[in-house]
Amino acid sequence: MRKRIANVVLLIFVALLASGALAQSGGELRFCLRSEPKTLNPLLMSDDSSETIRYLTGGVLMRVNRLTQELEPELATSWKVADAGKTITFKLRDNLRFSDGTTFSADDVAYTVQQLMDPALHSPTGDAFRSGEGKVQTQLLSKNRIAITFPAPIAGLDKLFDQVAIMSAKSPQKEMAVLGPYFVAENKAGAYLILKRNSNYWKHDAAGRALPYIDSIRLDIQQNRDIEMLRLVRGEIDFINSVDAEYFDKVMSENPSMGHDAGASLDAEFMWFNQVPGSPLPSYKKTWFTSTNFRRAISEAINREDLSRIAFRGRARPAVGPISPANKFWFNSKLQPHPFDQKSALQRLSLDGFHLQNGVLRDREGHAVEFSVITNSGNKYRERMATMIQQDLTGIGIKLNVVTLDFPSLIERMTRTFDYEGCLLGLVNNELDPNSQMNVWLSSAENHQWNPSQKTPATAWEAEIDKLMRAQASTLNSAKRKEFVDKVQQIAWDQEPFIYLVNKNALSAVSPALHNAHPVVLRPQVYWNIDQLSLGAEVARNR
Amino acid sequence: MKWARSIAIVFLVLISTACLLADFVAPASYARQFRDVPAAAPSHQHLLGTDDLGRDRFSRVLYGTRVSLLLAPAAALFSTLLAAVVGGIAGFGGGWLQRCVMAATDLFLSLPWLFLLITVRALLPLNVSPQVSVMITFTLLGCLGWAGAARVICADARALSQSDFILLARASGSSGFRLLWRHLMPNLKPVLYAQFWISVPVFILTEANLGILGLGVAEPLPSWGSLLRELESFSTISPQAWQFVPLLLFIATVSSFHLVLTKEELAA
Repeated sequence: MRKRIANVVLLIFVALLASGALAQSGGELRFCLRSEPKTLNPLLMSDDSSETIRYLTGGVLMRVNRLTQELEPELATSWKVADAGKTITFKLRDNLRFSDGTTFSADDVAYTVQQLMDPALHSPTGDAFRSGEGKVQTQLLSKNRIAITFPAPIAGLDKLFDQVAIMSAKSPQKEMAVLGPYFVAENKAGAYLILKRNSNYWKHDAAGRALPYIDSIRLDIQQNRDIEMLRLVRGEIDFINSVDAEYFDKVMSENPSMGHDAGASLDAEFMWFNQVPGSPLPSYKKTWFTSTNFRRAISEAINREDLSRIAFRGRARPAVGPISPANKFWFNSKLQPHPFDQKSALQRLSLDGFHLQNGVLRDREGHAVEFSVITNSGNKYRERMATMIQQDLTGIGIKLNVVTLDFPSLIERMTRTFDYEGCLLGLVNNELDPNSQMNVWLSSAENHQWNPSQKTPATAWEAEIDKLMRAQASTLNSAKRKEFVDKVQQIAWDQEPFIYLVNKNALSAVSPALHNAHPVVLRPQVYWNIDQLSLGAEVARNR
Repeated sequence: MKWARSIAIVFLVLISTACLLADFVAPASYARQFRDVPAAAPSHQHLLGTDDLGRDRFSRVLYGTRVSLLLAPAAALFSTLLAAVVGGIAGFGGGWLQRCVMAATDLFLSLPWLFLLITVRALLPLNVSPQVSVMITFTLLGCLGWAGAARVICADARALSQSDFILLARASGSSGFRLLWRHLMPNLKPVLYAQFWISVPVFILTEANLGILGLGVAEPLPSWGSLLRELESFSTISPQAWQFVPLLLFIATVSSFHLVLTKEELAA
């Protein structure tokens, strides 16, 4: 009997341990923000630092689980999208309170949505919900049920609520009253912020213990990455959310247990050619750049494996297309990165009349193939990639001139004068839903970089992409949307208006003193499960 | 300090000779990427190891030194000549001419140099080879670097134009260009030398600054600026001593340029 009881106790102990219930509680978590948050109003946040505060303090109706990439209930226990994506109805949790003690109800959701959509507020978060002309309507169905109707359908409507922190309609503390795990207790402008544990936070662990485990968070404003790294190594901070490949190597050399490589991220590095008909380029170059064979040949002449291995020290993957393999649902898994094959590249070029003459590639009219690629100065990785591509292209007789420009000059050439030939840049992508790329793929979009703001699509394949992107945006059926988005990826792979180069890995550095940290590719990589994180006993005691 | 000056001259001669003979001395092309051995330690094939892209660091140091060491003096010569013309004429003319020219010089000096360089460089055509881009960078440096020297030369020329020997030359019938060319300029030589030698390291440093910002000489051509970028952050510095060779060479060369000046030239 005694043995049985001992076994049961042991089992319970193991289960509790597994659930994190015995994780060390208390202490102060410390990390750095690269800049001061521009605002603490969750509806006006658009910079990284403000978004960090929103993630740590804001309570949302539902949350995209950063590990599974699935939507999970938070303040809302269930929801239903209806009316072809115009209406969403939420059932809310009962008996919840804001950090200042005021009660949470459907009134607060209605208030937040009205604030979010207030044109006078200019909320960047609200922009994603602006689908058409007209007012958003909120209908209180009961104390804990609310229906929100937008003027036009919004694809992926439910996922957008991941970014909407619910504010209190009644609290005198206004936006400082929060439903998230922490609240802002102190804000020393330009120096640090202190967040304290929200004792009214609704979540509990499997053992019924109130979350979060850590008592407070200190966020130091630190622009200098070298100092941030030194502080991590010295144990003064607990993690760096995102590090680049060089810093990652440094971390690994200091303490291999600190480095976490979550694999390819959603961010992509790519290059493209200027296809703007009115650009001041000679007509023969415009002919090169608008040729699919030319673009495909350049793509095949680039050794992406080498770019990943050398420029990013092995901390990147050859890219396939507009959607990274890290995006589990939307990535078209039938596609593979374009292989490095200079022979095939030359064959493709010969289809357009290009030929090698004394090691120099010439077009049908005899012009030597030479062009420039601009990139922003100061970005070591892009400069390295450009230099490597320069050598790769010499293999097929092309002379590439690499030009690094300060960012304003680069943007000026890209968006106003169109006085450039090729450009190498990257896209930081926070969103899983392909709707976030509408402003890139629609031919009428300003960010359709290779030929922006077209009145009518310049090519048949661009018209096809327009059609598919609009179709996926106007249907609620996920499988159908996926089908459309897969086709867009296939066209982008065939036509290569953007020559995708690599997807950088999501790298982070985490102190062994921080428990339950499982860095992922989605932002915020390290603290996505902030309410589950805990500090080692010694660290917690000393802070 | 004569011995220090001699060492500096010997060092500059040696380094200049080595980089002039880079085509024969360098074991590999400065641009060739040995992709199997990126960031390698020194070996038989690569005396100073390789950089992050697998390029032979020794070859890049030789060619980079050649670029910086040949073009910085050329830019310095150009800017000193410009300064001599502007400052000399202003000082010799005196009166309203001097005031106008010096006001323009002051205005030029008040411009933010680095931003001006970045702006002017951004306006240049894109499709130029690295060799042309390096010439453009140093020409820009030469064109923008005359103002400080012009002020010094103007003050000296003003003092000389009021001296007895110029009065005597005027009394003997010399005037205008002859007075300027035959009597004034030869006496400005010490200050011109000094300005030239001071400008050389300034231009080397400016190019290095531009290079660190990624706005200097275009890839794959090396310069000290691009070589020093290897050491730009804590994360990239490793305990590999050979990484510091370009930095040591840079410090030694800039110091040597200061040491070659004589006491008189320094006073000038």
